[in-house]
Amino acid sequence: MTGPVQQPPTSAWSMYRAIVGIGALCGLLIVTVYQTTAARIRENQERFLAMAVAQVLPAARSTLGVALTEDGRLEKTGEEFALPIFLGYDASGKLVGAVITAEGMGYQDKIRVLYAYSFDLDAIVGFKVLDSKETPGLGDRIEKEPHFLANFEKLDATLTPGGDSLLHPIVTVKQGQKINPWELDGITGATITSEAIGNILNNSATTWAPVLERNAQDFAIVELTEEP
Amino acid sequence: MLGKEVSATDDFVKGLWRENPVFVQVLGMCPALAVSNTAINALTMGLATTFVLIMSGMSVSALRNFIPREARIVSYICIIASFVTAVDYVIMAISLELHRSLGAFIALIVVNCLILGRAEAFASKNTVSRATLDALGMGAGFTVALLWIGVVREILGSNSLFGIALFPDAFQTWTVMVLPSGGFFAMAMWLLLVNWLKNRQTESQAQTQELTP
Repeated sequence: MTGPVQQPPTSAWSMYRAIVGIGALCGLLIVTVYQTTAARIRENQERFLAMAVAQVLPAARSTLGVALTEDGRLEKTGEEFALPIFLGYDASGKLVGAVITAEGMGYQDKIRVLYAYSFDLDAIVGFKVLDSKETPGLGDRIEKEPHFLANFEKLDATLTPGGDSLLHPIVTVKQGQKINPWELDGITGATITSEAIGNILNNSATTWAPVLERNAQDFAIVELTEEP
Repeated sequence: MLGKEVSATDDFVKGLWRENPVFVQVLGMCPALAVSNTAINALTMGLATTFVLIMSGMSVSALRNFIPREARIVSYICIIASFVTAVDYVIMAISLELHRSLGAFIALIVVNCLILGRAEAFASKNTVSRATLDALGMGAGFTVALLWIGVVREILGSNSLFGIALFPDAFQTWTVMVLPSGGFFAMAMWLLLVNWLKNRQTESQAQTQELTP
């Protein structure tokens, strides 16, 4: 009859050696794979962004990347930004809208979205989620729920008479309770995520709609080279 | 020598049928039900999981004498998470659309109990070659199971297979099959079939043994 085998206690050195050693090896693996795939991932992201721009502003046949200068004006840019802004032009080179990238905190992590702003309608007329880690089956419904996506056929983003802010802040309301054109009809079961989208759009449109409206005339017609 | 060969084959084959991770051990249900709405999603998730299983199994087995018993879980999770991150980058490099369609489930491979289970129950106690064969068998069994579920759901729910339309205008799609509940229906159907086959096999073996003098 023998009792349970008593194992000798593990020394602290063995523990440190194992955990630090494995951590270093794992770090090396991740850095190597990241370095190897980074260029290809960037290419894919650029292609995906171009497709997304074409989807949210289908009237645009060409786009122009723009950036905000320190004195509050827009200027043409070829630089890459984390949250790029594009002006969209039809086949004749006439400005039809702007496509804006915005991000904010969702339920799980940051959500990055793309939306189209129409100068003629003073409204958000297109929306696409670029990056989201929201809960599958719940939060990720912002990408496919028809009644939620219907909000973006024409979501009012009219400016105040002074043109420095939105006349009505964009807010998310409970599903089925949308009354006003600046309200987002939310999603039951994805309350936090749909409210996050309302906040992201409101914050971004409050910043960008006045800037775009102020500068739109300077870019009304442009000779274009870039295709979306 | 012969015994070793049989054992090596058994290490691989057991995951395919006798100890299939999805239909017998009922492990990794989260991705099996959630990402099996199309055959391509099921196949990609299966292959990604198989890769992580093999690499983590090999690593855990190779480092088994280096990892103290008290630090084994944190070490295994660190190894698994690193390979999952690597797979995540590779899928993003291959296709961003595919990466988006799999959503958060690639990252969730880290907490797939099948991988940690095989690391703890098999890889940490066996040689690298046996751990690799076990991981390969379990991964193949997991992939095949996901693919079976995905094929049924895509054919019935989307009237297509691997994105190719099957019966134009002649088939009313069962929308429920692409919804989360469709995963449970397809899973239940396969569990029923696999268990019925296994029971029949057991009865047949019992009868053969009775008849053998």
